[in-house]
Amino acid sequence: MEKNWPLWEIFVRSKNGLEHRHFGSLHAADAEMAMENARDVYTRRSEGVSIWVVESVNITASNPADNGEMFEPAQDKVYRHPTFYDLPDEVKHM
Amino acid sequence: MKENLYNYILGIADNSLILGQRLGELCGHGPNLETDIALTNISLDLLGQTRSYFQYAAKIVGDDKTEDDIAFLRNERQYKNVLLVEQPNTHFGFVIGRQFLFDVYHLLFLEKMQSSNDEILVAIAKKSIKEVSYHERFSSDWIKRLGDGTAESNKKMQEAIDGLWRYTDELFQLTEVEKVMVSEGLGVEISLFKEAYYKRVSEVLKEATINIPESKYFQKGGKEGVHSEHMGYILADLQYMQRSYPNMKW
Repeated sequence: MEKNWPLWEIFVRSKNGLEHRHFGSLHAADAEMAMENARDVYTRRSEGVSIWVVESVNITASNPADNGEMFEPAQDKVYRHPTFYDLPDEVKHM
Repeated sequence: MKENLYNYILGIADNSLILGQRLGELCGHGPNLETDIALTNISLDLLGQTRSYFQYAAKIVGDDKTEDDIAFLRNERQYKNVLLVEQPNTHFGFVIGRQFLFDVYHLLFLEKMQSSNDEILVAIAKKSIKEVSYHERFSSDWIKRLGDGTAESNKKMQEAIDGLWRYTDELFQLTEVEKVMVSEGLGVEISLFKEAYYKRVSEVLKEATINIPESKYFQKGGKEGVHSEHMGYILADLQYMQRSYPNMKW
């Protein structure tokens, strides 16, 4: 039976004000069960305040074979990162 | 020593202890990873509640008694859990059926225990009720899934409910200790929610397309310490370490 259960991706917001982050995936028959399973698998040690579940088939992922054209052109363009500014010491977490 | 209060607490706590132990047997044996974790979580919730009760009970006894003495060093007749919770994990339908029939009771019980005039019992009820609300949701969801699932899952769920139904009436049998505790305002008047119990159970079973058993033959005894043949095996598992290595600690 469990072989037929689809895969779900679980996103958990660990604190109010933060974004939902991908925590992992699990099997469940439907969204309701995915939510209960997510609660049991990922949030029983107060890891979160909100859960999203998304069936994995609904996620369109980039193909690793396309990594060349997708990501590599950016690698020699360090000037796209704002790393050339001098930050005052008072500014933390940048 | 407050003998009645002590025995009353054991009556509540032993249900959680023995059901927690039964669920613990399934650790690593659940039908799949997610359900395995869910059942073990419920087991741990129940054992956590048991600890709160036993710590309170140990304090009532005094004499350096600990929660472990109460959990591990009593004889079978001194355990006061209902027969329902000691029934075996025959198959997943029985695990869910037993859980559901107990959870509905447990939730109604804790709701009422919140207005006990014993503040420790109130505190335990307030803490446990959130856990038990989730247990009840989990088990009633599964009753519906299995009952209203495939022909085979329906058959197995029906078999479990038919097999476990005879243990439901005992939940509402008042013992002498309970009568005294109710009269003192500490205990829960369980007869007050018997109707609500069967109403809620019937609603879920109906939605799950499970027939409500018509049998009027019920078993009782656990609350008085007279257990089914399964109890000895449970206690053998539960008590082995303390009996073999007295006073051992982790």
